[in-house]
Amino acid sequence: MSSTSHAEHAYVAHHFHSAEQQKEAGTLGMWLFLAQEVMFFGGLFCVYAVYRLLNPDAWLAGSASLSVFVGGVNTTVLLCSSFTMALGVYFAQTGDNRRLFQALVATLALGLLFIAIKLQFEYLPKYREGVFPGANWGPYGHHYGHLADVANQGGLQMYFVLYYIMTGMHALHMIIGFGIMVVLMVLARKNTFGPQRYMAVENFGLYWHFVDIVWVFLFPMFYLVR
Amino acid sequence: MATVVTDPNAAPAVHYLNWRKTVASWLFSLDHKRIAILYLISISVFFFVGGLLAAAFRLELLTPEGDLMQADTYNRYFTLHGVVMIFFFLIPSIPAVLGNFLIPLMIGAKDVAFPKLNLASWYVYMIGGTLGVLVLVTGGVDTGWTFYSPLSTTYANTNVFLAAMAAFVTGFSSILTGLNFLVTIHTMRAPGLTWFRLPLFIWAHYATSIIQVLATPVVAIAIFLIAIERVWGVGVFDPALGGDPILFQHLFWFYSHPAVYIMILPGMGVISEVIACNARNRIFGYPFIAFSSVAIAIVGFLVWGHHMFVSGQAMYSSLVFSVLTMLVAVPSAIKIFNWVGTLYRGNIVWTAPMLYAMGFLGLFAIGGGTGLFLGVTGTDIHLHDTYFVVAHFHYVMVGGAVMAYLAGLHFWWPKITGRLYNHLLGKLSAIIVFIGFNATFFPQFLLGMQGMPRRYHSYREEWQLLNIFSTSGAMILGIGFLLPVLYFTWSLVFGRRAGANPWGAKGLEWEKASSPPSPHNFDHDPVVTEEAYAYTGREQLSV
Ligand SMILES: [Cu+2]
Repeated sequence: MSSTSHAEHAYVAHHFHSAEQQKEAGTLGMWLFLAQEVMFFGGLFCVYAVYRLLNPDAWLAGSASLSVFVGGVNTTVLLCSSFTMALGVYFAQTGDNRRLFQALVATLALGLLFIAIKLQFEYLPKYREGVFPGANWGPYGHHYGHLADVANQGGLQMYFVLYYIMTGMHALHMIIGFGIMVVLMVLARKNTFGPQRYMAVENFGLYWHFVDIVWVFLFPMFYLVR
Repeated sequence: MATVVTDPNAAPAVHYLNWRKTVASWLFSLDHKRIAILYLISISVFFFVGGLLAAAFRLELLTPEGDLMQADTYNRYFTLHGVVMIFFFLIPSIPAVLGNFLIPLMIGAKDVAFPKLNLASWYVYMIGGTLGVLVLVTGGVDTGWTFYSPLSTTYANTNVFLAAMAAFVTGFSSILTGLNFLVTIHTMRAPGLTWFRLPLFIWAHYATSIIQVLATPVVAIAIFLIAIERVWGVGVFDPALGGDPILFQHLFWFYSHPAVYIMILPGMGVISEVIACNARNRIFGYPFIAFSSVAIAIVGFLVWGHHMFVSGQAMYSSLVFSVLTMLVAVPSAIKIFNWVGTLYRGNIVWTAPMLYAMGFLGLFAIGGGTGLFLGVTGTDIHLHDTYFVVAHFHYVMVGGAVMAYLAGLHFWWPKITGRLYNHLLGKLSAIIVFIGFNATFFPQFLLGMQGMPRRYHSYREEWQLLNIFSTSGAMILGIGFLLPVLYFTWSLVFGRRAGANPWGAKGLEWEKASSPPSPHNFDHDPVVTEEAYAYTGREQLSV
């Protein structure tokens, strides 16, 4: 168990006995972190469920004002990024650092595209036309004028409070992911990864897929209420 | 190489305390033992801040009228007392100090699984703590530690946002510590250390960590929503704006009831170690104590509604929560039964940690038992939000968790510092704390049954006598808590060298590591060949 080969010494931290133990610890740690994330978003999903049951009409009106097309494009973009990430994990395992780097660039680009679409076609126009809860609340304009009828019922603001908080939390998780991806790119450039050493990429892949799955739930919950 | 015969009782020349001496070597240390010391210092500061606040409002309660402080001030004092004691002292106390120090030593590892994450969680805690101090100096907060809406979202004029952020941030420190411990216990055990050879301290921390990882994120999001509500001025939980205040209570107690077990379970782990060693006896019913920890963690997730019997929760929900609350008392009772079984026919030694542990047994039994009064829907309607509740949870949190923390600190102090403290003073402080504690909180049971409501700065005149008892008790309790600070500090300089195993205790931390331990814990990687608590009843103590 403690017969660490010379090559292993380079990346097995001093407090571990073997690469195997280090790998096991990293994987378990990542899954526990994701369990924590599930509970975090789970709290929000619970709030969502309660208020949707209390305000069915507002939820219909709110959902009708979102563009299924824009949301659908973004869902596709995000699923593609999951695919490129999965490729990245494969290239890390096979030690192809050049292709890993490319896969990470693609994943980062798709992630940025998602955020750009979200800002340009959703957050900003909504904010400009008064679809933002709080002091400036008051939907108007040709996109959101029809919301004015139900706007004062409270439930609609609740819908958008949750819309901004939940998609915002999701976006925040993506932005944190961007930072980690840049670190992994630098490491890939230095030919760090290989069959013995790919856990960082694999664990980040788990994180990235988790973030995607959250969106896969958010999309029907906000865009497809009929 | 010549063999050097060393005296096992001599302190090693190089140990984790002295091998590096700069301030940076402490602030950026990845050593779990040094991080434990960082936590020890920081939570002690918060403990005395919280204690001073309590002393101040106990003084106010000497008289029925508000003379020392008015309602506003009083509200802020008890709120900050609660926030500081729960989020900044009790939650981190045993896990972050004793758990951090001992888990790797007890399982024969060089460190926790993620040393950098461990240091990071101390920094996260300190950021949360700094926010907490900012709340304190910018006028405090007056919502009670529970942040109930709509008081917290709409009516409070104090710094609710900052206080919410402080609790939010500190929560992540707790999550990361729990995650680290779970992975450490799963993957870092020494060869031969099977699950059923683990010290029960480890089992207790394992169960605690499950709660920390799974429950804390839920309160984080609930508190985060309160903060959003304050900033945006939207109604997430405020009924006037379409929100549901009961939903907040559900989310809050989904964490905050299990949080009680975050505070008490590690204490139960400490008690198992202290009692087995000081009764010189094998622990009675090892698997029962081990699995009851896990059972408490699981069932503890299902009882939160007992805080909401009078909040407008459906009657049938209350019924179910009431039954489940009765159920969660069973594993705690199993533990007490087994500890008493361990004492039976043991060769009991009355050391300071043992006195603290005995205090724990009695006080925790009262605290747990009175919890059943509150878990029954009928009696709870009478006792809800009275001093009976205050007395109940202080019996659990102070009589249980703080007593256990002090028992643990007295038990492992020789290991942590390599020095012995004045034993007579140690026993004296245990007795003073026990007397002071009962004098403070027992009268509150009576006050509660007479209907005195909690959280008011003034009260009816007929309640004054019992309040005087309570305040006097609090002063005695304060002395009991100050005493260890004095003799512990004294021991750092003048204390006798402890030697590796002054109690003649079992366990890797005593038998295989020096006092204080070396920077990497063990000279040779330990191999475990026997079960925990293999006491034969005849070991000699050198204290
Ligand atoms: Cu409870």
